[in-house]
Amino acid sequence: MLDLDASPYGFFVWTSYGLTALVFAGLVWSSLAHARHWRKRAEQSDDTPK
Amino acid sequence: MIPVPAFLSNPERFMAFSRWAAPLFGGIAVLLGLAGLWYGFTAPEDYQHGDTVRIMFIHVPAAWMSMFVYVCLAVASFLSLVFRHALADCAARAAVPIGAAFTGLALVTGSLWGEPMWGTWWVWDARLTSVLVLFLVYLALLALRASLDDELKAARACAILALVGAVNLPIIHWSVNWWNTLHQGASVFTKSGPAMTSDYLIPLLLLSLAYMAAFGSLWLVSIRGEVWRRRADAAAQRLARA
Repeated sequence: MLDLDASPYGFFVWTSYGLTALVFAGLVWSSLAHARHWRKRAEQSDDTPK
Repeated sequence: MIPVPAFLSNPERFMAFSRWAAPLFGGIAVLLGLAGLWYGFTAPEDYQHGDTVRIMFIHVPAAWMSMFVYVCLAVASFLSLVFRHALADCAARAAVPIGAAFTGLALVTGSLWGEPMWGTWWVWDARLTSVLVLFLVYLALLALRASLDDELKAARACAILALVGAVNLPIIHWSVNWWNTLHQGASVFTKSGPAMTSDYLIPLLLLSLAYMAAFGSLWLVSIRGEVWRRRADAAAQRLARA
């Protein structure tokens, strides 16, 4: 059964998981945004990648 | 000449491969991550660590990945430096922010575990200090790349720094054996087998594989972005010359 009650260490456990989720979200967003931005720029040029 | 996989030696083939491989790795990472979280939060509390044992399920994979990403970075840097391979430099450049993120996570989650268990957020212990040095090397690589406008000079300088920084990897790995450290020694990959029950080993391994798949996906997407950036820059330079 799921045990989501991390007391008395809830602050440490949930801060760890929260920061990890934030960092992963940031990595996904930044890598996708970077790729989309440059893909658009490359497609606007003559040297369109396949 | 060292044989390089076909998709790495040709940007067009790499782009075709990464177009389906990146989402595939991303999907695998999500599935493994969800399974790992389920097992992690259904595992019993540890009799000594209590619920803080659950921090280990995300701390240990982050620490492993901080070193694994650096190995990938060092190999890509070597190929870039020796063979002047542009795609290898794209791969090296794309690995740095991801490696820095994993290393930062390992340090922060380790600190969040250390405070309730060791009674301190930080000690200048050999393992912690060598991982901090790894984090600083990642930051130095980001700063060096940003400070040089010439792509070729930046690639060469970063490759040399990355290869010099690789000296730190065996120090991190064996620091717990070479020095008396507060940080515990290896407890999964040991000669006598894992020193933990399957209750903890299963979520740890599932989340480690999830981190690995996530890295694969993020790395491929980042390299694709870097290839596009260089093509757009090359086209802009041709236009400027015309």
